Amino acid sequence: MQLTIWTYEGPPHVGAMRIAASMRDLHFVLHAPQGDTYADLLFTMIERRKTRPPVTYTTFQARDLGGDTAEIFKTACRDAVERFTPQAVLVGSSCTAELIQDDPGGLAKTLGLSIPVIPLELPSYQKKENWGAAETFYQLIRGFAGGRTPEPKEEGAPKTCNILGPTSLGFRNRDDIVEVQKLLAILGVEVNVIAPLGASPADLTRIPNADFNILLYPEIADTAARWLEREFKQPTVRTVPIGVGATHEFIREVAELAGVDPTPALLSEEERLSWYSRSIDSNYLTGKRVFIYGDATHAVAAARVAEKELGFKVCGLGTYAREFARDIRSAAKEYDVEPLITDDHLEVEDAIIAAQPELVLGTQMERHVAKRLRIPCAVISSPIHVQDFPARYSPQMGFEGANVIFDSWVHPLTMGLEEHLLTMFRDDFEFSDNAQASHLAAIGGGSEHEEPAQEEDQPEAPAEDGVLSWANDAEKELKKIPFFVRGKARRNTEAFAAEQGVSLITVETLYDAKAHFAR
Amino acid sequence: MDAPDLKSAACGSSAAEPLRQRGQHEVFCGLTSIIWLHRKMQDAFFLIVGSRTCAHLMQSAAGVMIFAEPRFGTAIIDERDLAGMADMHEELDRVVDRLLSRRPDIKMLVLVGSCPSEVIKLDLDRAAQRLNKVHAPDRRVLAYSGSGIETTFTQGEDNFLTALVRDMPVQSETAPASLLVVGAMSDIAEDQFERIFRSLGLEDFSFLPARRSTEIPAIGPNTRYILAQPYLGTTASELERRGAQRIEAPMPLGEEGTTAWLRAIADTFGVEAERFDAITGPGRERAKKAVAHYRETLEGKRIFLFPDSQLEPSIARFLHRETGAEIVEIGTPFLHRRHTQPEFDLLPDTVAVSEGQDVDKQIDRCRAADPDLIVCGMGLGNPFEAEGRATKWSIELVFSPIHGYEQAGDLAELFARPLSRRAALEVAV
Repeated sequence: MQLTIWTYEGPPHVGAMRIAASMRDLHFVLHAPQGDTYADLLFTMIERRKTRPPVTYTTFQARDLGGDTAEIFKTACRDAVERFTPQAVLVGSSCTAELIQDDPGGLAKTLGLSIPVIPLELPSYQKKENWGAAETFYQLIRGFAGGRTPEPKEEGAPKTCNILGPTSLGFRNRDDIVEVQKLLAILGVEVNVIAPLGASPADLTRIPNADFNILLYPEIADTAARWLEREFKQPTVRTVPIGVGATHEFIREVAELAGVDPTPALLSEEERLSWYSRSIDSNYLTGKRVFIYGDATHAVAAARVAEKELGFKVCGLGTYAREFARDIRSAAKEYDVEPLITDDHLEVEDAIIAAQPELVLGTQMERHVAKRLRIPCAVISSPIHVQDFPARYSPQMGFEGANVIFDSWVHPLTMGLEEHLLTMFRDDFEFSDNAQASHLAAIGGGSEHEEPAQEEDQPEAPAEDGVLSWANDAEKELKKIPFFVRGKARRNTEAFAAEQGVSLITVETLYDAKAHFAR
Repeated sequence: MDAPDLKSAACGSSAAEPLRQRGQHEVFCGLTSIIWLHRKMQDAFFLIVGSRTCAHLMQSAAGVMIFAEPRFGTAIIDERDLAGMADMHEELDRVVDRLLSRRPDIKMLVLVGSCPSEVIKLDLDRAAQRLNKVHAPDRRVLAYSGSGIETTFTQGEDNFLTALVRDMPVQSETAPASLLVVGAMSDIAEDQFERIFRSLGLEDFSFLPARRSTEIPAIGPNTRYILAQPYLGTTASELERRGAQRIEAPMPLGEEGTTAWLRAIADTFGVEAERFDAITGPGRERAKKAVAHYRETLEGKRIFLFPDSQLEPSIARFLHRETGAEIVEIGTPFLHRRHTQPEFDLLPDTVAVSEGQDVDKQIDRCRAADPDLIVCGMGLGNPFEAEGRATKWSIELVFSPIHGYEQAGDLAELFARPLSRRAALEVAV
């Protein structure tokens, strides 16, 4: 039993719903009690989906238990197939139905439906959302592509590929597909099937016809891609094209599998991240400490972009996706940080505080943590919220994705010259953290709320053993440091003082610490 | 899937003979009421004993992102518990100990049963008794079920209040008649009623749930209770079992409902008619004036209510009587005959009523009826809007202050806003 206040992933049946909701002409009959329909609003509210997700819930009640829950499932399944006329139906149990062991797969078989039934085993008390999505996608591909013979191709026909992994509620998947297709079009590689997003069960039967697969989101499609490698000898492009370097690698990898020249795709007029990052204004980005957390794919990609393309310093790297912990561990080793593998948001928060980052890249939860700590932040991964489905085109992948990343990670930071001015004129009353915006002074009745002067009168605390205290003049000097880095300066100084065995921090200690931590 | 047939089926129904539906229920389970209960009772912690689904429901239903550590959480049952590798009661004690040691501010711990805990028959009442031996009297431990197999949305509050009533001390037999107002309302509405009660000369009154767990009143044959929420059937039975007597009235929504509700109280406590009129007069006038702003928008509009909070009959009554709307169908998850009778007395007999839900069939009926406004949950709202239909989220009816005179205008505005917004927009779907 685990006490949970907030969770990064839902139960596995929500993962199955994401696959069902991604596809066309597929319906999911979920054996579940009243209340589990809440999951519909993830799609209709967060994603602003215009139709209800294609899911029928059996809604059994306490009085049905031990009686006719199996019959309720059969009725719901039969009615759903008749009403929605899907090409195929997924059947499965939510956590409560798993306990009553009705076997939806077996029950559906007895109905003699004229369409294929894909039974799902979703162990709710062991697994989570992404696992459920990956398992469902794999079962669908196995069910529909299994046993097919690839169609013969004419000699010299252009190479084709499948794009695997984009889903409903995936971070920017909608736009990533467009961006990846642009690259493939330049290379002259045809897209055979994109799945699960937008595919029908019939489309899945055509998957074996492609020459290779592009694995965009391993969390969702790795299981399926590995099976396709074994079953149809389809190679997999595993580089996820997030950032300029990864996009280049992706293009080369695809070009090699397709036997085409990568050059036309590599020369992009529209890619601006490289120049923006080289331009002198971006000097101030150098060594900014960035804390990264999310699903494994986006977190690993973000770390690479942060260090190698923006010149940041990765000061923390973590994921909730335990299945992909190995990827995070090897990336963490490369950037010389401790990998953080946890799905406890409080532990992530503690790690953020300890790392003292200047920028946080994470999920919606880390965005909230960062806002609370007044650290600039940007969202890079699911779980996400309604504002992470922007109306405008904003991919993460490809060259336009790199442009979007530059803007969305750099804009939250204090800009270059602005930062210098803040440092130069740190005593300026308008730069104080208590200062109201100067254009609002008229309605605020004064631009500054004086901090209580009481500490001036307080005698310096006698230094006890092992207890740090600040001399008044050091405390005053500390206040001259801009508020958004003051916390860090305080912590650094205290850490330095403790290390040096200094118990009373003076102005000297403050500047000694500054020199010690200088980079 | 024969829409006209289904429509006629609903049309023939009434409060006396509702269309009973057994199918997919597109409603929340009782756990969801924790979202307002934990705000209402500020020293209580609600610990759901359930699954990852329960935890995910709680954060999704309320759009909860955590700014401060909330006073609810989920003890997630895992495979070790189910396989018997861990003793679930010991596990629960461990979770509770950890929780209470971190949260000294918590004075009442509420163990909330879920679908999985009910199905595996985990006895939370017994767990509460055991924990009370350790933690009472400093901290009290209660248990109730908010499971979806037993409760719909607001019925979670019903079960919680029932547990509170069971825990109430016995009132002395010589105690003067006292008033108990039952059902969570917004603090602001509660404060307004408190002022009105005092002006009417009432002294001994209290609200359930109270804002602090330590303020639970005593109960006995001299208690007169009145419901401020219609969904409290079990609580009412428990109150009556403890000797309390019910004051019958429509819900205090809108000018008419609030006046009838206050009058029922005033009559019970022997307040003179003149005094009642003098005290309620200004509020009544303000409420009428505020609602009048929206009458133009809502008058003659055909409104279809999907089942959600059991507030549907009361809301329909308000919309029909005070804004001149026409009610197409009142869907409600559960129809409590006795408690809703005062509302139906004020509605025409021709209003179609359905109890329970088969959501696909209800959507068919709704499309066939083609109403001007659909009151429904968040899972259905955007899909209806995408079809070009106007909707109102029903969840706002439990998440915003709507009771009493000063909120009557706000209540009307909730329904007028989607219509006036549509009129204002020049973009279409």
